[in-house]
Amino acid sequence: MIALIPLVVLIPLGSAALALALPGRVRAQQIITVAALTAVLVLGLAFMWAVDAEGTLVMEVGGWAAPFGIALVVDRLAALMLTVSAIVLLGVLLFSLGQGLADGDDETPVSIYYPTYLVLGAGVCNAFIAGDLFNLYVGFEVLLVASYVLITLGGTEARVRAGITYVVVSLVSSILFLAAIAWIYAATGTVNLAHLTVRLAELPLDIQLLLNLGLIIAFGVKAAIFPLAFWLPDSYPTAPAPVTAVFAGLLTKVGVYAILRTQTMLFPDSQINGVLMVVAGFTLLVGILGAVSQADVKRLLSFTLISHIGYLIFGIAIASAAGYAATIFYIAHHIIVQTTLFLAVGLMERHAGTTSLAQLSGMLRAAPLVAVLFFIPMLNLGGIPPFSGFIGKLGLFVAGAEGGEPAAYWLIGIGALVSLLTLYALARAWSLAFWRTRAMTAENAASAQTASIATSTEARVLLGRETRLLERLHDAPDAGPVQRQRATPRLMIAATAGMVGASVLLTLVAGPLFGYATRAGSELTQPDQLVEQVLGDSRDGLTGGSGVTNPGPHPDAPGSRRPQ
Amino acid sequence: MTVSIALVLIIMVLYAGGVYLMLDRSLTRVLLGFLLVGNATNLLLFVTSGAFGIAPIYGEGPAEQMSDPLPQAFILTSIVITFGVSAFMLALIYRSWRLAQQDEDDVLNDSEDIELAIAEALTTEEVFDEDLAESHESEAEVIDDEEPSHS
Repeated sequence: MIALIPLVVLIPLGSAALALALPGRVRAQQIITVAALTAVLVLGLAFMWAVDAEGTLVMEVGGWAAPFGIALVVDRLAALMLTVSAIVLLGVLLFSLGQGLADGDDETPVSIYYPTYLVLGAGVCNAFIAGDLFNLYVGFEVLLVASYVLITLGGTEARVRAGITYVVVSLVSSILFLAAIAWIYAATGTVNLAHLTVRLAELPLDIQLLLNLGLIIAFGVKAAIFPLAFWLPDSYPTAPAPVTAVFAGLLTKVGVYAILRTQTMLFPDSQINGVLMVVAGFTLLVGILGAVSQADVKRLLSFTLISHIGYLIFGIAIASAAGYAATIFYIAHHIIVQTTLFLAVGLMERHAGTTSLAQLSGMLRAAPLVAVLFFIPMLNLGGIPPFSGFIGKLGLFVAGAEGGEPAAYWLIGIGALVSLLTLYALARAWSLAFWRTRAMTAENAASAQTASIATSTEARVLLGRETRLLERLHDAPDAGPVQRQRATPRLMIAATAGMVGASVLLTLVAGPLFGYATRAGSELTQPDQLVEQVLGDSRDGLTGGSGVTNPGPHPDAPGSRRPQ
Repeated sequence: MTVSIALVLIIMVLYAGGVYLMLDRSLTRVLLGFLLVGNATNLLLFVTSGAFGIAPIYGEGPAEQMSDPLPQAFILTSIVITFGVSAFMLALIYRSWRLAQQDEDDVLNDSEDIELAIAEALTTEEVFDEDLAESHESEAEVIDDEEPSHS
C-alpha cells in the first residue's frame, strides 16, 4: 500500500507528459486524462479505506530515513482530500469534455488544456501528501503554475487582465511562503513537518508566534481569508466555466488544508487562534455581503466561496478535535457543492449566453433541468436541513459551543446569519434567472425611463431596485450582451447531474463520513503519534540543523527503513 | 549561527527595491520587482545555512567545516521555479501589450478593432483600470464583436 503513495502524483504527471506528446490527437488526450484521474480516484478511495483500517501510511522516498529524506504522509485527512479532489477533477473534466466537443474547441487551445489540467491535479495531490514544508511549497508551485495557464486560457483581453492580477498576487504569496520556510529553517534546522513538531515546541514563544504569522499570511492569500481575499472575485469569473469550477472547488481548499495542517502539527498551542476567530468572522460577513450585492451569478458565487472559507477558519480556530472534525467534513462538503454550483452556472451560461442577472430570465420553462441542478446545491450550500451543508454547520456550531469561548458564540451567530444570507443571495439569483418571465425583464428595461408599467407601488419599488441592479451591471467583467442560444451537450448536463448526485450522496453517507472526519480530527490533535511514525527511533538521536548536521552513517541509516 | 552582514544588507536592498517596483503599474516593472524579491528570498534561504564552509561532499573534509547543503538545494529549486514563472509572466506581458495595440497585430487585422483601439485610447502600453472604466459600455461591444471573428 505504501508503495502506491507516490502514484497519485506520478500518474497525473506522467499522463500529462504523454498527453503533451500527442498534440493533435484530442481523443487520445481525453482518454489519457480520464484514465489518469480515474486511477487517482481509485487510489484515493483505497487510501481512505486502508488508512482508516490500519493507520497512517508513511513513505520515505528513496528509502532515506525521515528527517534527511523526503517523507510522503497519507493520514485520514490527506486520504479524504485526495478522494474528494479526484471526484471534483473528474466531474469537471467530463463537463469540459462535453463543452469542448460541442464547441469544436475554437475558444480553448485543447492541445495544452488536458496536460495542464493533469499537472494541476498532480500539484494538488502533491500538496496533500507532502510530509515536509518544502515539498508542500513545490506542490503549491506546481498547481499555481498550472492554474496561471488555465486562467489565461485563450488569452482574451478580459482573461489576460484578470490573469495578471491573479498571477501577481499568487507570486507574492509564494514568495512569502518561501521566506517563511527560510525563517523556519533558520530557527529549527529542518523542514520535515514531524521533526518541526518537536523542534518548534522548543522555541521561545515570540519566535513561534512570528513563524506562525508568516505561514498564516502566506496560506491566507491562497485560501482567500478576509483581508487577503480581494483578488478572488476579480480573477475567477473570467476563466472558462469548468476552470472556474475546479479553481473554486480546489485551490482555496488547498490553502485551507495547509493552514489546518500547520496549525495542528506545527503550532498545536497556537497563540493566534483568537485572531483566527476574528478573521473567520470578517471573512464570513464581508464575503456574504459582497455576494448579496452582485448582479452577476459567477461573481456572486465567487463571493459566497470567500464567505464559506470563514466557516473552515472558524473550525480551525476552535482548535479542538470536534472543531477539526467539523472542518474536515465541511471542506469535503464545500469542495463538492461549490464546484457543482459553478458547473450549474456554466450550464446557465451555455443556455442563455450570459451570467448577468439582469438578462437571465424565464429559464425555468426553457431549461427546467438546469433549474433543478442549480436548486439542489443552492439549498445544500445554504444549509437546509437534510443536506450535508446543514450537518457541517451543525457540527461546527456544536464544536464551537463545546469550546465555550465568547468569541465562538459570536461566530455561531454570525455563521447562522451568513447561512441565511447565502440562501437569500442564491435564491434571489435563482428566482431572477429561472422564475422571472421574459416580459418582466423587458418591463424593467422600459421602466428605467417611464416607470409607468408597474401597477402597484410595491411593484414599482421592486422595479426601481431592479433598475439600480441593472445599472451596477458594469461591475461584471464579462457582462457583455452576448445572447447566443446554443444546444447544451448531454455530457455537460450528465457531469453536472453527477456532481449534484455526489453532493446528495455526501448527505446520504454523512453518518460514516462524519465518523471518519471525527477520527481524522482526533488524529490531528495528537501530532505525537505521527511524529513517532515518521521519525521512528531516530527521534532522539538527531542533532541536525544548521552547521551541526552529522553526515556520518546514522544508526538509522538509509535502507534500514525501506518501505515494504 | 554566523551570518554575513553584507548578505543581510543586500537582502534588505533587494527587498526594498523589489517591493517598490512591484507597486508600479507598468507590468515590466512588476516583473523586475518580482525577480528582485525572488532573488532576495533565495539569498535569505542561503543565509540560513550559516557560516561559509567547504563543499558538502562526503570525504572532502571534516563534517564540522562543511556548509549546510539543504538551503542550496532549496535555492536551486526556487531558482528553477522563478525562472519558469518569469517566462510565463513575460509571455503574459507580451500578450497584454499586443492586445492593447491591435493595429500592430499580425494575426487579427479586424478594421473594427482598429477603429475601436484608436477611439478608446487603448494604445498605451498597459490597459489601466481607468481606461476600462471609461470605455466600459463600448468594451462590452468589443467583446461581443470579437468573438465571431475568432471562429
